[in-house]
Amino acid sequence: MKIKAFIERENKTKEITLKENSKIIDLLKELKINQTSVFITKNNEIVIEDEKLEDKDEIKILSVISGG
Amino acid sequence: MTCKNCSIKPVYSQISGVKLCRSCFIKYFEKKVIKTIKKYNLIQNNDKIAVAVSGGKDSLSLLYLLDKYAKKYKNQKLIAILIDEGIETYRPKTIEDAKKLAKELDIELKIYSFKDEFSKPLDKILKELKENACSVCGTFRRYLLNKYARKLDVTKLATGHNLDDEAQSILMNQFKGNIEVSARLGPITGIIKDKKFIPRIKPLYFMTEKETAIYSYLKGFTSKFIECPNSYDSYRDEVRNLLNSLEVKYPGIKYSIVNSFLVTLPLLKDHYSKSRKMEYCSKCNEPCSGTICKACRIIEKIKN
Repeated sequence: MKIKAFIERENKTKEITLKENSKIIDLLKELKINQTSVFITKNNEIVIEDEKLEDKDEIKILSVISGG
Repeated sequence: MTCKNCSIKPVYSQISGVKLCRSCFIKYFEKKVIKTIKKYNLIQNNDKIAVAVSGGKDSLSLLYLLDKYAKKYKNQKLIAILIDEGIETYRPKTIEDAKKLAKELDIELKIYSFKDEFSKPLDKILKELKENACSVCGTFRRYLLNKYARKLDVTKLATGHNLDDEAQSILMNQFKGNIEVSARLGPITGIIKDKKFIPRIKPLYFMTEKETAIYSYLKGFTSKFIECPNSYDSYRDEVRNLLNSLEVKYPGIKYSIVNSFLVTLPLLKDHYSKSRKMEYCSKCNEPCSGTICKACRIIEKIKN
């Protein structure tokens, strides 16, 4: 399946191909993003890393770092 | 895969694997902050507290929670202090978020700027001086926070430092051999009591950066993600990345670093309180550990 994910820290949307039944954690691994440095929304609701992904899910990877 | 208490979809998974829904996560977060305040006796009945706000997720969560705590438990007086360093691409937006929340909570917000105090904003200072951005910024911010907290006649200065910040500071001081600086860390800071130095408290001490970010998001405190442009090339950023990589491999490592540090902290404080006495800067008369404080040394370089 293909997932579009918006990465807030880079202000970019990337399209990633994943195996069926993949989870958020698989997406983060594919993008090489550390799971402790972000939290995720799926269709505008916060979800945990074990959440399963489906085609057309709207994923946002939000940074927990602010600095300052 | 549901919340451990109410079978609703979770928003957060603890290191132990326990999952929490939105409402249970908010309760967990607030309960843990109150537990920290009580365990370390951070707040007393007659306190007047200045809350250092930057307008980011940590300080706005802190402002909201201390207001809630003051109303529910002890009715302490609160005032918010914001230091505008003059980082053009970053600070104006967070100032708006700070103003918005302070207004909603009916808390007075005092803003002091580098430009007014040191004649130049940070952006300009950094163009002229070959100094580390975080070092200059941190020195001036701490200087102004203490100076104005004292002028406002408060008894405590609360900051939004979280578990990640503390674990990073402990390691940074270890790596650089600055153990005396570590003696000033902890949920309530300072080694020596002095009338010119306002004790600093850190109620978010045991909350991770991720937990604070989720709490702030759920509460709608910050409108847009924004990151300090100077944080990318900082030493702290390197240590943060190192710790985050280790945390994935060995979950709970940040708690372990901070908890083991807390066991040794009383010994460190005791050691350095015997060998140190509080001195005052010969130029500005603010408390410092030498003849001239670090802020005045940077000010001299700016003038030259």
